[in-house]
Amino acid sequence: MGLLSDPVRRRALARLVLRLNAPLCVLSYVAGIAWFLALVFPPLTQRTYMSENAMGSTMVEEQFAGGDRARAFARDFAAHRKKSGALPVAWLERTMRSVGLEVYTQSFSRKLPFPDETHERYMVSGTNVYGILRAPRAASTESLVLTVPCGSDSTNSQAVGLLLALAAHFRGQIYWAKDIVFLVTEHDLLGTEAWLEAYHDVNVTGMQSSPLQGRAGAIQAAVALELSSDVVTSLDVAVEGLNGQLPNLDLLNLFQTFCQKGGLLCTLQGKGLQTLLLMVLRQASGRPHGSHGLFLRYRVEALTLRGINSFRQYKYDLVAVGKALEGMFRKLNHLLERLHQSFFLYLLPGLSRFVSIGLYMPAVGFLLLVLGLKALELWMQLHEAGMGLEEPGGAPGPSVPLPPSQGVGLASLVAPLLISQAMGLALYVLPVLGQHVATQHFPVAEAEAVVLTLLAIYAAGLALPHNTHRVVSTQAPDRGWMALKLVALIYLALQLGCIALTNFSLGFLLATTMVPTAALAKPHGPRTLYAALLVLTSPAATLLGSLFLWRELQEAPLSLAEGWQLFLAALAQGVLEHHTYGALLFPLLSLGLYPCWLLFWNVLFWK
Amino acid sequence: MAAPLVLVLVVAVTVRAALFRSSLAEFISERVEVVSPLSSWKRVVEGLSLLDLGVSPYSGAVFHETPLIIYLFHFLIDYAELVFMITDALTAIALYFAIQDFNKVVFKKQKLLLELDQYAPDVAELIRTPMEMRYIPLKVALFYLLNPYTILSCVAKSTCAINNTLIAFFILTTIKGSAFLSAIFLALATYQSLYPLTLFVPGLLYLLQTRHINPNSAAAVHTCENEEQSLLDLFLGVCHDVCGKPSGNHLPLLLPSQLLGFHPRSLWLYINVFFYTIPLAIKLKEHPIFFMFIQIAVIAIFKSYPTVGDVALYMAFFPVWNHLYRFLRNIFVLTCIIIVCSLLFPVLWHLWIYAGSANSNFFYAITLTFNVGQILLISDYFYAFLRREYYLTHGLYLTAKDGTEAMLVLK
Repeated sequence: MGLLSDPVRRRALARLVLRLNAPLCVLSYVAGIAWFLALVFPPLTQRTYMSENAMGSTMVEEQFAGGDRARAFARDFAAHRKKSGALPVAWLERTMRSVGLEVYTQSFSRKLPFPDETHERYMVSGTNVYGILRAPRAASTESLVLTVPCGSDSTNSQAVGLLLALAAHFRGQIYWAKDIVFLVTEHDLLGTEAWLEAYHDVNVTGMQSSPLQGRAGAIQAAVALELSSDVVTSLDVAVEGLNGQLPNLDLLNLFQTFCQKGGLLCTLQGKGLQTLLLMVLRQASGRPHGSHGLFLRYRVEALTLRGINSFRQYKYDLVAVGKALEGMFRKLNHLLERLHQSFFLYLLPGLSRFVSIGLYMPAVGFLLLVLGLKALELWMQLHEAGMGLEEPGGAPGPSVPLPPSQGVGLASLVAPLLISQAMGLALYVLPVLGQHVATQHFPVAEAEAVVLTLLAIYAAGLALPHNTHRVVSTQAPDRGWMALKLVALIYLALQLGCIALTNFSLGFLLATTMVPTAALAKPHGPRTLYAALLVLTSPAATLLGSLFLWRELQEAPLSLAEGWQLFLAALAQGVLEHHTYGALLFPLLSLGLYPCWLLFWNVLFWK
Repeated sequence: MAAPLVLVLVVAVTVRAALFRSSLAEFISERVEVVSPLSSWKRVVEGLSLLDLGVSPYSGAVFHETPLIIYLFHFLIDYAELVFMITDALTAIALYFAIQDFNKVVFKKQKLLLELDQYAPDVAELIRTPMEMRYIPLKVALFYLLNPYTILSCVAKSTCAINNTLIAFFILTTIKGSAFLSAIFLALATYQSLYPLTLFVPGLLYLLQTRHINPNSAAAVHTCENEEQSLLDLFLGVCHDVCGKPSGNHLPLLLPSQLLGFHPRSLWLYINVFFYTIPLAIKLKEHPIFFMFIQIAVIAIFKSYPTVGDVALYMAFFPVWNHLYRFLRNIFVLTCIIIVCSLLFPVLWHLWIYAGSANSNFFYAITLTFNVGQILLISDYFYAFLRREYYLTHGLYLTAKDGTEAMLVLK
């Protein structure tokens, strides 16, 4: 309490903050970035280890040998699929029944808010097929899921074949304590979402799906499988889910254990810093990178395994993949309770190394400290006469009595805040609502109309006259923009803090770009330079930049034109995913960060 | 002044009506910060349906409201949204007229003290003028009605709003000088939750002062006190007999461990509310309305199930103490703490319950930080008030014995 009440110490602190503000801010920002970059090195990363006792100490001997059977199933599936054009539901039902599972189907349909460009579909309808392997001696209270998403572009037939072969193999064993659900979904993520919603009896995304006839108990864990060919050189694992949610680290450890055991090469794209940055970018985008991403919302730990067939020497066939899956399911079978022992929030600089939240949070803490320091400095400048000095009339000329001008000051802030927030609301609501009007007047498709409306409203926000204040105070014309900047800094710090708590990568990425220009924005000084900087660090520009960075890290760099196309597609995807799965990136950027950024733009052009 | 007040009321009612019709109403009425087990609307509905089925509403530890609430909503359950909007409007109107009268009293008292030469010569800038005090009642009504906390409480249909109305009417009738009516409203408020009983002391002090009775005169105090006390007892007794059920104070029965959304604290913390009354009465006996403000804040902080509705009531009084702004020392840090904590409540709740990654400690740490922020805010206002009183009597520009600028330290 000494700091809050002792006048001598307060005065010293106030002097320190006012004098050293710029160096402290720069130091804090550099410390934040440096801390993040240091996350790949040993003291901050640890080797992964199995935390769940029930999965640690058991030895399993995998006996899967159905490689030929899997390939036969895959060939049949591919043929039937090509013939029917959609998922061959009847064939799947027959085959699953012949393998010995309880088979059910579920039909679903969804009207998309606007037809997406890649698939040109407006009304999506399909059927999911799933078979339940009942545990022989248990009460069907818990289950595991093996899912194979089948979309129209990725037929994933080898995965379906492997799923059926595994089902046949599992059916013959007696040690299953949990039911296993073998799920084949149509239209990949949409089908998975429909199944999950019907399974848990909720309706969060407005999907129309028929109720499920058969259930298997609470899902403990799920594995999604995607194979493009029947030999793989490595297995890639995807962990990032919807809105940056991650599965329990133990599931990843489990996968890694079995890959090591079987000598299977498992990879996480890139190495060291590259992997870390790729994971940050994927998590920040908030997209579900695979079917597993949708399971996480229902507290079901899930992973997606992708088989990659690249130009490596040694190739593994379906038996190796099947053995790895068998081992994973046998270990998951031993679980006594849901996976909760290991970390839920982590970063992966490599498959066998991780950084826990306690070690990566200071990075974003240092970045937000810059905003806090700047806000404190502004507050002290605004109230120099009263704050930090005990005597209100210490100086010969007493300061103007603060309450009336404070009242007027607050009232003049309301207009820019309301206008920015209204622009944000327009950015969120108008594109989808106005797409029909746009297509009537302009020769564009609906998806293009949505994206172009987005960009138009975004740019229009820059041109609006925000300064609707009358002259606030004749004695201190600076007070207006300083008060607005103070409010904007606190608003930005609050938003970034809340975002960083739930999705660290998004918070960190936005903080890296928005914090320096937010701290620098002021109406005096090189206005064009500051304006250019502010536009370059706006949320949309950050999105564009991160797309380029992402492709650069994947060693497939983009040209400017390609990048722009990808950007437009990403915008459309973002809006679509918000409406279909409830992804939060679009509302956060349009309703939260864009209005805040507009406030800084307003400060910059303050008259 | 009626037109701006009506405009504010219309805006407030529109905002609440819009929120009632939106999809957020469901979400808000389940938030732990807005409704507590003692004030939740779901439980009122539960109690009423139990009564309809012929079962006592108090069987099973679900319903914790008073019988009067049952009788009130038995007839008004279909118009529940309207009832809560009207209670908010009534609270704002009561506060508006209360503060209007209070400002007149303050100005009269100031004039009296100036004539009696009680103030030091150089305190001209601390004297309050009617011009500056003109918009305060409107600001109070605005602060109450458009406070996000109040709007959330109204949309969630938390019965805390009814308690706020009763306390506001108690304040109005006390300032108007009617002992009988203020006793009735205090009795109703105490009947619903025990804590407003502590407002008896500032109410009594104010009534004594307006009747120009010296509070130190024991006999006069006793007569007035007896009058109020007997009214309180009579009322509580009547309620007890009429309803034939225990009055709604179930505090001794609700042990911390049984309750949801509540961090285990010892029983002493509930009694904390009552501890502060005596010291505050001794220090603030000349300023009973400020005492009342501090006491309401203490109730909001230390009561067993604080919700944001309780915080909204004392926050409505901030414009009344606008003149203390220059003496507040930590207002920036405290405002930031309160805003940050309010925003972090839903985030950490989501992380704990839905994402499964945090645990209750994170959420309750924010609860504790919010309370610490409130405590520091109230003590800051208290300090500012005392400092202004000191300056008024001892002069604004203080010099030490050797002529240099003196520093005021609170010991």
